[in-house]
Amino acid sequence: MELTTIWFLAIAILWTGYFVLEGFDFGVGILLPVVGRNNNTDRRVLINTIGPVWDGNEVWLITAVGATFAAFPAWYGSMLSGFYLPMLLILLALIGRGVAFEYRHKGDTDAWRRGWDATIIAGSAIPAFLWGLIFANMLRGLPMDADHVVTAHLSDLLNPYALLGGVATFTLFTLHGAVFLSLKTDGAVRYRARRAAVASAAVAAPALVGFVAWTHMAHGSDTTGPLAVVAAGALAIGVVLSLRGREGWSFTATATSVLSLSALLFASLFPDVLPSSTDPAHSLTITNAASAEYTLTVMSWIAVVFLPLVLLYQSWSYWVFRQRVTRRHVDPTASDSDSDSGSTAAATDPAHRAGSTDTAPGTQ
Amino acid sequence: MEALELARWQFGITTIYHFLFVPLTIGLSLIVAVLQTMWYRTGKHEYLQATQFFGKLFLINFAMGVVTGIVQEFQFGMNWSEYSTFVGDVFGAPLAMEALIAFFFESTFIGLWIFGWHRLPRLVHLGCIWIVAIGTNLSAYFILAANAWMRHPVGFEVNPDTGRAELTSIWAILSNDQAWSTYLHTVSAAFVTAGLFVVAVSAFKLWRNLRHNDTGTPGVTPPERDRPLFRGTLRLGLVVTLLAGALVVVSGDHQAKLAAEYEPMKLAAAEALWETEEGADFSAFAVGDVEEQYNPIDITIPEVLSFLATGTFDGEVHGMTNLQEAYEELYGPGDYIPNVFVVYWSFRLMMGLGLFGIGVAALGLLLTARGRLPQQRWFYYAAIAALPAALAANIFGWILTEMGRQPWTVHGQLLTAQSVSPGVSLTSVAISLTAFTLIYALLAVIEAGLLWRYVKKGPSHVVPDKHDEDETSAGDRTDAGTSDVPHFAY
Ligand code: HDD
Ligand code: HEM
Ligand code: HEM
Repeated sequence: MELTTIWFLAIAILWTGYFVLEGFDFGVGILLPVVGRNNNTDRRVLINTIGPVWDGNEVWLITAVGATFAAFPAWYGSMLSGFYLPMLLILLALIGRGVAFEYRHKGDTDAWRRGWDATIIAGSAIPAFLWGLIFANMLRGLPMDADHVVTAHLSDLLNPYALLGGVATFTLFTLHGAVFLSLKTDGAVRYRARRAAVASAAVAAPALVGFVAWTHMAHGSDTTGPLAVVAAGALAIGVVLSLRGREGWSFTATATSVLSLSALLFASLFPDVLPSSTDPAHSLTITNAASAEYTLTVMSWIAVVFLPLVLLYQSWSYWVFRQRVTRRHVDPTASDSDSDSGSTAAATDPAHRAGSTDTAPGTQ
Repeated sequence: MEALELARWQFGITTIYHFLFVPLTIGLSLIVAVLQTMWYRTGKHEYLQATQFFGKLFLINFAMGVVTGIVQEFQFGMNWSEYSTFVGDVFGAPLAMEALIAFFFESTFIGLWIFGWHRLPRLVHLGCIWIVAIGTNLSAYFILAANAWMRHPVGFEVNPDTGRAELTSIWAILSNDQAWSTYLHTVSAAFVTAGLFVVAVSAFKLWRNLRHNDTGTPGVTPPERDRPLFRGTLRLGLVVTLLAGALVVVSGDHQAKLAAEYEPMKLAAAEALWETEEGADFSAFAVGDVEEQYNPIDITIPEVLSFLATGTFDGEVHGMTNLQEAYEELYGPGDYIPNVFVVYWSFRLMMGLGLFGIGVAALGLLLTARGRLPQQRWFYYAAIAALPAALAANIFGWILTEMGRQPWTVHGQLLTAQSVSPGVSLTSVAISLTAFTLIYALLAVIEAGLLWRYVKKGPSHVVPDKHDEDETSAGDRTDAGTSDVPHFAY
């Protein structure tokens, strides 16, 4: 395989890792008011499920962008300057969100907490939507001249296909987050998370099916068909498993759905990295956007050594925090049950908070 | 007004802002690791308190470092796409290495450290903060190697077909003398700053409890209980500052020599030296006339500049007028003189403010020798003032570095004016500049407020004093959760 192809693949893997991992923590942020209700203890339970891992998840994005800079400098330059305003919004969202996780619990007035909660919700919702919008537009192409200067206006970015892409990632991440929450919490929160999973699936399913079908037909190839089917099928399976209380497997399924969607997007893009809608001859491809061979070789060695290491210790971190988070973890005076938890099959007995109730994979 | 100008303002503002938190993260991570190691080895309650107290302040700061860093990574592509395309081969590699090698380490292990107090065996938990500290200190090398390359480009060739710089030796980039020299200077400056942070916080607490020598209000720890703890951390901070301070001066001297070699124009501007001289004097205070290219007023220290630049008192130092001529011959017509006023004064402010902090540290060590605590009020004021001074010194150091490099982004290769994104409109940059400035200002206020709040509450708020609890539960405080703010749970 050509080095440029390998690096396209490596960058696709980094983005996919980012979407699978940060996907669920965006979902948790979006669901803060729904699953966390107005109850501060429950909201803290939600935040605690992702507290130890969200920053590590975000580094997948930083690495993906850094690797793009190193391996495909022209892609990096044209993509970031071409999607100027959406990227700006994403940055502002990620700034607010990151600070909010750290600062929310460091004040004790209601106004303080409400402000940060709003920041977390917006900071999760905005990128969850915009990543779909950006990637859909990347497939569609941007107005770009022979020097790869992108001159896209906001109106170029707001087309039906891209908006559908945004809705698809937004709802899919929400579903992914809901399933994650039902896996990682207990009692009333777990119960509400399951209901949120079903509700979000009702929107996510049609949006995702529409988006993958459109992507496959407009930009796809032979290989993309199966990916589209897996993306949609895994979502459906995930919902069924969630309804049956198989949370670990359900999470595996939604993760597969996100993974296949991301794979579908990159497979459809290849071998372009940023098509030009002005003239296909001006498109950026893996060849004309790439760094020279020496850089790619050096980077390959670094990636071969360090990427497995990263996977190893990040998995270990998920293993350390495999337990379910309950109200007692954040507020020892709280009880784990309340009115609406009576109907859940899940244990409300505090003894179960060690997480021993679920041995399904995906817990890590 | 052009997009270029705004993009430069945005780069300056966001990077300076990022660098307010970076030195503290670099230095405090290691200081907290040392404190926790002392707790691990001795089991003394004060060490646990000190670890968690400074750990908390460290985390408040860390969060800001992380979120402002993401902006740095994106804005090369957003505002400087021509630059990105030109240098990506060379510059992107260390940046990607930084993310893959260092950022993953830090972000994963910081999560393990924050939430692992009761889940990990003590030794493993201690290992986590060490990994964070080492990862942070490592990460600085890559980014600084990238920056150093822009000031002294090595290990690359410009491909005549594509017009892009292509990497020929990664080793040359990583072993660039400008890279390790900058690294030593920046990291030691970071330890000066972090040391002075610990000094300022400790001094503030000690000073307060000298002032109110009472038992305090009910519920609040009587202040004198903290005295041994803060005397200890004050000494620790002073020692760190002084050791790092010595290294800052040595490496700063080396930086000046490298500047004389690689960027003579920068050094000349930093000294407001117009004509090439042998045995050049170090200017202590000058008023220059940029139009006429001379200094009507210049108070100097004889021959010190030659020594700083070359190591001998009669060495030759190039002046701006001569360099300008030489550059025009080499690179064609243009203005190759940076903003002399800014560069000249940044140099002095960096040295002056930084050395003030180091001086306070030397004095403090004398005043606190043999178990004493200083009684002089002015010492506490000076110790507290040293922290903003050190932060400012860092900023002025970067302004000197970056403004002195103008008009180049990559010395001798790419002009700043050629680096900017051609497709991005003035409006877009104006929007983002405004948005970042506003959100950064807001966050600064919030961050300062939080630090203040936690400093005021003191260590007994984070880990209750020993007297208030039974012996064994010290490590289990989070789960007991009797205080109003849970320590290490969101
Ligand atoms: C506490 C902070 C601090 C202190 C006390 C000093 N510096 Fe510094 N200086 C920095 C913080 C700093 C910095 C922020 O870290 C910079 C910016 C880029 C860099 O490498 O370090 C810097 C840059 C910098 C440069 C520019 C390097 C370049 O552009 O190539 C020179 C020549 C010096 N320093 C020299 C000195 C000398 C001779 C000092 C004292 C006697 C000194 N610095 C004290
Ligand atoms: C972290 C501390 C840093 C500070 C405080 C800082 C400060 C500045 C300032 C004030 C400018 C504006 C210069 C001008 O308008 O004339 C600037 C420009 C710039 N700096 Fe730095 N800088 C820092 C680090 C870096 C690093 C690490 C890099 C490279 C990785 C870098 C690359 C640039 C670039 C590309 C520009 C824009 C072009 C220019 O105006 O020169 N800077 N920086
Ligand atoms: C202008 C170029 C720079 C870029 C592109 C950049 C990039 C970043 C990024 C992406 C982060 C967030 C990492 C995370 O999420 O964990 C970050 C944080 C940080 N950066 Fe910068 N940075 C720059 C300048 C610097 C410099 C000059 C230094 C040190 C000398 C530095 C040291 C740090 C540190 C210590 C942190 C906080 C801890 C952490 O990495 O998480 N950065 N930076």
